Amino acid sequence: MDVLLLSRLQFAAATMFHFLFVPLTLGLSVLVAYMETKYARTGDEIYLSMTKFWSKLFLINFALGVVTGITLEFQFGTNWSRYSAYVGDIFGSLLAIEATAAFFLESTLLGVWIFGWKKLSRKAHAAVMWLVALAGTVSAVWILIANGWMQHPVGYEIRNGRAELTDFFAVVFNPFAMLEFLHTVSAAYVLSAFFVMGISAYHLLKKQHVEFFTRSFRIALVFGLVFSIFVAVNGDMHGVHVTKVQPAKLAAMEAHWETATQAPLHLFAIPDEKNERNLIEIGSIPGLLSFLGHHDFDAEVKGLKDFPKEERPPVLLSLLAFRTMVGLGTLFPILMIIGWYLRNRLTESPVYLKTMLFAIPLPYIAIEMGWVLAEVGRQPWIVYGLMKTSDAVSPIATSQVLVSLIAFILVYGLLGATGFYLIAENAKKGPVH
Amino acid sequence: MALQTTWFLLWGLLWAVFFMTDGFDFGIGTLYPFLGKNNDEKRIMLNSMGPLWDGNEVWLITAGGVTFAAFPKVYSVMFSSLYSALMLILFALILRGVSLEFRGKVDNSGWRTLWDTCIFIGSFVPALLFGVAFANIFQGIPIDENGVYLGTLFTLLNPYGLLGGLLFLFLFLVHGALWLAIKTEGELHDRAVSAANSLWFLLLITAVVFLVTTKYKTALYDNYINNPILFLLPVLNVLALLGIKFYLTKKSYFKAWFASALTIVLCTFFGVVGLFPNLFPSSLNPEYSLSAYNASSSPLTLKIMLIVTVIFIPVVIAYQVWVIAYQVWTYNLFKGKVTKADLAYEEDAAY
Repeated sequence: MDVLLLSRLQFAAATMFHFLFVPLTLGLSVLVAYMETKYARTGDEIYLSMTKFWSKLFLINFALGVVTGITLEFQFGTNWSRYSAYVGDIFGSLLAIEATAAFFLESTLLGVWIFGWKKLSRKAHAAVMWLVALAGTVSAVWILIANGWMQHPVGYEIRNGRAELTDFFAVVFNPFAMLEFLHTVSAAYVLSAFFVMGISAYHLLKKQHVEFFTRSFRIALVFGLVFSIFVAVNGDMHGVHVTKVQPAKLAAMEAHWETATQAPLHLFAIPDEKNERNLIEIGSIPGLLSFLGHHDFDAEVKGLKDFPKEERPPVLLSLLAFRTMVGLGTLFPILMIIGWYLRNRLTESPVYLKTMLFAIPLPYIAIEMGWVLAEVGRQPWIVYGLMKTSDAVSPIATSQVLVSLIAFILVYGLLGATGFYLIAENAKKGPVH
Repeated sequence: MALQTTWFLLWGLLWAVFFMTDGFDFGIGTLYPFLGKNNDEKRIMLNSMGPLWDGNEVWLITAGGVTFAAFPKVYSVMFSSLYSALMLILFALILRGVSLEFRGKVDNSGWRTLWDTCIFIGSFVPALLFGVAFANIFQGIPIDENGVYLGTLFTLLNPYGLLGGLLFLFLFLVHGALWLAIKTEGELHDRAVSAANSLWFLLLITAVVFLVTTKYKTALYDNYINNPILFLLPVLNVLALLGIKFYLTKKSYFKAWFASALTIVLCTFFGVVGLFPNLFPSSLNPEYSLSAYNASSSPLTLKIMLIVTVIFIPVVIAYQVWVIAYQVWTYNLFKGKVTKADLAYEEDAAY
């Protein structure tokens, strides 16, 4: 175990844990804001108790998201100091803008919202929640611009032994970042829809608070239906862009070895990285990979063999992550469409309700796998084509990183378990007002 | 040059504002087991900082982010050198944040005791370690020409570092006690006032010892001796410190709190101005020191960040001041306090 491996594990653990909470924060804030707006407009008390019930779960989740986010910002300095020094001119400013322009607003306004029930008018209070949701989304924009730059660096020049910013707007409007943002936020909305629908299904199965949870379910259903379709369409566009700017990632996630026209897509494959071939290929569809990558069945797709061995990402992990994400992403709109047909007889559809209850973890898995693909598929680069991960790590003692990694796993494990336990307990309790 | 100097001052300002705002939360969290005698009082203490602590903590993220953006080389060397100390601070902050959220969610005294302990640790550890870290920066850190740190966590725990830790701790304790004096009533209020009074004396003694020791342990005074006008800063600092006691005696708690906020800001600036132009001095060789001139970002990045900062920081300050003012002067002073009656309503007391 060396500092590099330990630091990578630590960053993976910290980011993946952080991302268990971020998507729900992004999506549930919108749903809560919508519910509260309905209350402010109609004065119907059921929307008030919906706002209170769902926001309680939102706040537990938010707290975990916030505290686990702080460590991420500082880990670039603690564990990836060479990276920070090399690209800080660009990357650092994006993180700083996120904190100054968005995160501040989100945290302060959330304080106003929590403690402002009696001090603000109904409408103003609902408006504050919309601002919280907006600020969260703006945060996501900047973080994904930062990640987009690592995936596809633009607007810079190598000067004074580091990457220096030359075109700020090229960085901000990086198409990779824009696609990543739309993909991530819409995926987060899908996750939040599943969360609300799954918990609602639990109560509807028990035939308790039927009116309350039917309405909650339907609000989330519309939201989930729209964004589960959107995320798939956007994912396709994202795939085309990856083919263009990160051909090695595409080849790895498809276990595609030989450069070829009319390249086939394997529904499943087990790669043998040592011998540069696949041990098993199941369900190969000719030309489909060319079509997915270039929207043209005859297009040429570069194979892994065209990249030097030391510049290829881990093939098996990229492939599995991609297939899990896409498989689940295909299932989601189907579940939503079924829900749409059953929306007026939910309590008479126990099988569907049970399915939705047990489906709560699925979008979490899909999102985590999406990030595994994005980050593992970019290896061995920390900034694609510009800096290798192995050159980015801090010159620090292995023991320090080992201790902090163990601390991360223990502390995050315990807090995560407690957090999800509290969310589950409060979810099961149902509305109290 | 001018850009880099501006950014140096902004860098100092952001850390100062972080200490000024989250400082009273750290103070309250550390006083928490000693001043809160029962669950109601404890909840009053937590809710007195309830709407603010999260926004306050963002100043840390901003200070960190701005260090990264404006002085990437400092960011990379500072946080990799201070690895273990920073990790301890971060874990403490994580504990504090979740404890506030978790504590009231299960009605069980063992559960509450667990999170109460975490709130104390999560407030005490950062209060002390931020002081240790900054005192060490004031005296220089053993980094070589490549920015590689040649010490361990224990290198930082030297007498001057620990003295800095104590100074920060007392600054924050006084700050927190004064906030409680503003926000509470009855016995808890009386206890907070008497804590503020006794802690003020400890702060005064620590501050004097720190100022004298600084003369022997650091080069901070060089800038002051070269530009005597700068001595205005420590003079104002002392006045602010005395102002705390003055207003405390007159029972003007908000003014006392304000004087304490000013003390924290001036104290940070006393160190920062003394450091100039260094942000992270090397104790091995002055040539290895990272300064505003040899460790900054490109002029373009500095300019863009300046525009962003000039637009957003005043907005952030405006709405934080608004929220604080709202807290202090809601309708009238009495209503601005967190009372036992408030605890019955989730709307007034979320924790």
